[in-house]
Amino acid sequence: MTSNYLVYLIALPLLGSALLLFAGRKADKWGHLLGTAMSGGAFVIGLYEFSQMLGRSTEQRAVTQKLFSWISVGSFQVDAGLMLDQLSICFVLLITGVGTLIHIYSIAYMSHDLDRRRFFAYLNLFIAAMLLLVLGDSYLNLYVGWEGVGLASYLLIGFWNQKPTYATAAKKAFVANRVGDMGLSLAIMIAFATLGTVSFAGVKEQASQASTGALTAIGIMLLVAATGKSAQFPLQAWLGDAMAGPTPVSALIHAATMVTAGVYLITRSNFIFDAAPTAQLCVAIIGAITLLFGAIIGTAKDDIKKALAASTMSQIGYMVLGAGLGPAGYAFAIMHLLTHGFFKAGMFLGAGSVMHGMDDEVNMRRYGGLSKFMPITFATFGLGYLAIIGVPPFAGFYSKDKIIEVAFNAGGIKGITLGCAALLGAAITAFYMTRVVILTFAGSKRWDDKAHPHESPVLMWLPMALLAIGSVASGFIFTRGNSLKNWLAPVVEQSPVHEGELLKPEVVSVLALVLVLLGVGLAVVKYLRKEIPLVAPTNVSIFTRIARRDLLQDDFNEAVFMKTGQKLTKALVVTDKSIIDGAVRGVAKLVQGSGSALRTTQTGFVRSYAMWILIGAIGLVAAIWVVTL
Amino acid sequence: MNAANYLYVSALLFTIGAIGVVVRRNAIVVFMCVELMLNAANLAFVTFARINGNLDGQVMAFFTMVVAACEVVVGLAIIVTIYRSRRSASVDDASLLKR
Repeated sequence: MTSNYLVYLIALPLLGSALLLFAGRKADKWGHLLGTAMSGGAFVIGLYEFSQMLGRSTEQRAVTQKLFSWISVGSFQVDAGLMLDQLSICFVLLITGVGTLIHIYSIAYMSHDLDRRRFFAYLNLFIAAMLLLVLGDSYLNLYVGWEGVGLASYLLIGFWNQKPTYATAAKKAFVANRVGDMGLSLAIMIAFATLGTVSFAGVKEQASQASTGALTAIGIMLLVAATGKSAQFPLQAWLGDAMAGPTPVSALIHAATMVTAGVYLITRSNFIFDAAPTAQLCVAIIGAITLLFGAIIGTAKDDIKKALAASTMSQIGYMVLGAGLGPAGYAFAIMHLLTHGFFKAGMFLGAGSVMHGMDDEVNMRRYGGLSKFMPITFATFGLGYLAIIGVPPFAGFYSKDKIIEVAFNAGGIKGITLGCAALLGAAITAFYMTRVVILTFAGSKRWDDKAHPHESPVLMWLPMALLAIGSVASGFIFTRGNSLKNWLAPVVEQSPVHEGELLKPEVVSVLALVLVLLGVGLAVVKYLRKEIPLVAPTNVSIFTRIARRDLLQDDFNEAVFMKTGQKLTKALVVTDKSIIDGAVRGVAKLVQGSGSALRTTQTGFVRSYAMWILIGAIGLVAAIWVVTL
Repeated sequence: MNAANYLYVSALLFTIGAIGVVVRRNAIVVFMCVELMLNAANLAFVTFARINGNLDGQVMAFFTMVVAACEVVVGLAIIVTIYRSRRSASVDDASLLKR
């Protein structure tokens, strides 16, 4: 099946972005409306394609569109082609749907910013790049989108680049992403060298005949790419700082969509990972490490956005863990990705709404008792909170419990370890999210009298309300009759029949719920019953201090990579100056010295030259005479 | 008469010319000494032609004369020009090429 409309999905926001950027200040009055309309238009096309897809039989659902022949060098043939299948449509609807809501929210949130038009241009650029990422039909097309979202993310994190720390945060994100991008480009090169093709269909076909070693190499490199873009261990350090961007950016890019690109990449490459068990195990381990890592950081943050960022890291850890569990987990990874898209975007917008009412204060120790002043924000944030900690029947309950269950049933020590990590993560999640809600909305007021907390305008709370509805209902819809799993079945391999379940789903749910209640209870005891000091206490245990320092992620990077890098560059400078420059200068000195020594023989007197000629001639004659003698 | 005597004369003339070029300052005299060296060479050429019984040396002598004539023209022109600009025919005064 082919479709002619796929390109418009990307073209609309791209056009919007170009118009807004090139029109300049003239577009200030209507720029935000155009940007929102372009994003909304893409959403409408996505809905149309989705309805068309629903009307076709399972095998016919995927559609493609060839745009043009992009690279044609010898045996290396790449078409710029788009492909919309059951997996991409989930992303298209998430990106354009949540994206449009966040556009609407931003109209109000950024209304006082002089550069609102530029902000919308970047948002549109991001939407276009992300759509290209999920619609590309080959790794190379995906790569273009992959770089595009990296650029948009950089531009948006550093949107307020008049603050040097924000500009540094943008650079940090960009550099960390580049490490991951290197992984993706290496994966593409290995794929072409060993399989001779880079298109998804071609690689899928060839994967069965390729050697396990090559597939493992590709898989590991794809994992490196995913860790960069999805802020997974060990490339996770940039996500916290990325909160420097305006809050809608955090909601759209650093929670709901871009950071899930790694999960998309792994799920899309399921045929590689299924044939390379080592790489797949690495994916699961990385996911498990990150989900605990992020959760622990989340418990120690006082900045509401950074707490949510740590939570994002942790939740994406769940998705990566799910995707690393193979055929049994792909569908649940995607399900968690979609539900997370709703509730995390909703909560970030809620955080933005709180900041909006509190003069951009982000320190939760300066909030308190805001539920009375911001009832709608409290309600939507609360629904997102219930969804993320996994209380039935909210979305997170369905998606997260499924991942925990699949982890336990992965078999052997691996299953028990991963399952326990996921369960523990759920408990910590409950603790830190409860902490966020209590510090922000419950308790007594701790803000200055200068602040006048108030509810946000309708343009802001409406998207929050819609996302809250999604966080309530999406899990139920996706699991009813295994709808999402069956929908994705043609794209990802179906899981084999459960062989010997370790834990029944009910047991997992009960276990998870008990741990979640424990986490909530602990947070209530610690934060609701006690006075919250305005300044974070300093006489705390070493563990708290480490958690506050993001588990030393930056210290590690600085000590291992930055310091060694600086030493290396210093050594290179010394080498350059002493050895390379030394050689060049030495040659110059030699020539100069011998020149000035020889210069003294040049007297300028004709007679002395004649003398030399004469001496030479006599010498020559004498030499000949001696030789012939 | 022994042909070698002509060679001795030639060597003597050449030595006188060479010493003159090195020790005299006046450009005209230096020039004349150069001519003396050329003629000494001519004499040697002719003598060798006589000794070897062929005409190669004679031909060479004619060449030298032609070259000497041209050289005289150019050389005298240079000397006269230098004299006009510097009011001196000393070769030591014309040492500006050094710097």
